[in-house]
Amino acid sequence: MNKIASFHPGLWLALAVVAAIGIWPIPAQDAALREVSFTVLIAIVMATSLNVLMGYTGYVSFGHVVFYGLGGYVGMYLLNDYHAPLPLAILAGGAAAGLLAFLLGKAILKLRGAYFALVTIGVNEAMRTFISNFEPFGASTGIALQFSVYGAYGGAKQALWVVYYTIVGLALFGVLASYLIRHSKFGLGLMTIREDEDAAEVMGIVTPNTKTLAFVASAILPGMVGVLFFFKNGNVEPGDAFRLGVSIETLVMIMLGGQGTVMGPILGALGYQRLRGFLLTSPIFKNAQLVVAGILLLLIVLFIPAGAVGWLRQRFAWLRKVLA
Amino acid sequence: MTHILEVDRVGKRFGGLQALTNITFNLEEGEILGLIGPNGAGKTTLFNTINGVYSPEEGTILFRGKNVVGHKPYEMAKMGMSRTHQIVRPLKDLTVRENIMAGACFGHENHNLLAAGRIADEMMGFAGIKAKPDQLAGSLNVAQKKRLEMARALAAHPKLLLLDEVLAGLTPSEIDGMIKTILDIRKQGVTIIMIEHVMKAIMNVSDHLLVLDYGQKIAEGQPEEVVHNERVVEAYLGDPNMARRLMEEA
Ligand SMILES: Nc1ncnc2c1ncn2[C@@H]1O[C@H](COP(=O)(O)OP(=O)(O)OP(=O)(O)O)[C@@H](O)[C@H]1O
Ligand SMILES: [Mg+2]
Repeated sequence: MNKIASFHPGLWLALAVVAAIGIWPIPAQDAALREVSFTVLIAIVMATSLNVLMGYTGYVSFGHVVFYGLGGYVGMYLLNDYHAPLPLAILAGGAAAGLLAFLLGKAILKLRGAYFALVTIGVNEAMRTFISNFEPFGASTGIALQFSVYGAYGGAKQALWVVYYTIVGLALFGVLASYLIRHSKFGLGLMTIREDEDAAEVMGIVTPNTKTLAFVASAILPGMVGVLFFFKNGNVEPGDAFRLGVSIETLVMIMLGGQGTVMGPILGALGYQRLRGFLLTSPIFKNAQLVVAGILLLLIVLFIPAGAVGWLRQRFAWLRKVLA
Repeated sequence: MTHILEVDRVGKRFGGLQALTNITFNLEEGEILGLIGPNGAGKTTLFNTINGVYSPEEGTILFRGKNVVGHKPYEMAKMGMSRTHQIVRPLKDLTVRENIMAGACFGHENHNLLAAGRIADEMMGFAGIKAKPDQLAGSLNVAQKKRLEMARALAAHPKLLLLDEVLAGLTPSEIDGMIKTILDIRKQGVTIIMIEHVMKAIMNVSDHLLVLDYGQKIAEGQPEEVVHNERVVEAYLGDPNMARRLMEEA
């Protein structure tokens, strides 16, 4: 049997949505549209990757941005101090984030529920404090790229497009990986842990390893994306790299779209970023986006805990055929 | 004669409560052992101690010849032990089929998804699950959830199966159906320990009975001997009327 044909149509739909967002600014080479898509695609990667831990495995983390921040720092360090090529810096950022997740997983994934969630906040703060005092990473001032680094990519303007195409690729890859994990034996193990961790152990799931692997899987793409973001940004500092608000917003996106689904984090990221774009331009809400995020989270938890995609799948059974 | 399980002078405490004291028994391959005793006697605790949920403070447990004290539940599962829970633990947001597949995937046979799917389809029929395979497990009624719990444990193709009150809460006709299923399981060579309060069932199905009271073994042997044992009648049933009923049911 043709294996591709057995993929759920929902995968193609999810990939099509991400591809559409990605391609949108390309024909006109429109830099303003590119910025909009860039932000949405980063949000999609962040939400899709966190969903592996939160939606599939059932572990709520407020520390997702740690991987983004650490990856960004490692990449910037290599780009600036060693003039490493961008692809290598991206891979190193992902590897560093994965390694951190591995070590953290061994230490804190024993905790469950609210305890785990609380500790992840502590991890974020600890990491920011550590990096703020870490001389090789520029301590509290961070790392500012020498402009010459962009020369290798045809100048800053061209480099922005290179970064953009890479993000499109990573977002597509992230969604594909999310789907493949969800439909693998590994994914079944994660969802079993989510449903009942004690029962999972009794059934033979080696929960410490399985959870650590989920944590690592969720950390790699944020680490890679962090490199791209800060490369494009030109500098990285502790306050930008480890912003707790980013973790919270990512969480809201997942809840909004529907945790545990492939499509949910995509729609959630798109919806939330559109809302955020509106809020930022509105004089009243300009400084209150986290307040709005908080209220939104409250409303979702109270009224549609399954998120938009989850709600649709429950409500209209036929939609399960097209929404993965 | 091979012993699949050897429990030797096992003790388990919860703080000040001695939940199990000096429990010793052997289990032969292929037999069905009935585990009975009044509420709070320590039956479920004994299961939890055997399958690694709790680690006993005293004694040794040999499973398939290996000392397994201190093993984690997943290690026990990987060695061929499966169990059901007294209070069913369905994976609510997963489908019936996925629930059973999970049992097959992570047990000692370590199947891939494709093989696990085949086993799940087979187990649905074997365990008498009437629900659709893609129905969410959370939506099943109690009797079907009990069957699902059993199908999931069986899907691992265990060597030793621990059944904790799979008959509780079922109607008489459902009980008859379930007993048939349990006997079918035994025919496949699976060794079983079952905790049960439904006396008629346990008398008919068990090769041996083991009686616990206040965490101690108070009797062991052929079902007919055990139910006529004075200590059992006294401790387990409390009053003579209940004892008579027990014998009649048996
Ligand atoms: N995790 C625990 N912590 C503290 N005490 C416990 C724990 N689990 C069981 N107990 C106590 O140990 C004793 C034995 O309980 P257990 O559940 O094993 O009884 P049981 O024989 O299965 O009873 P039932 O027939 O009601 O299911 C009880 O007094 C119970 O309250
Ligand atoms: Mg019990």
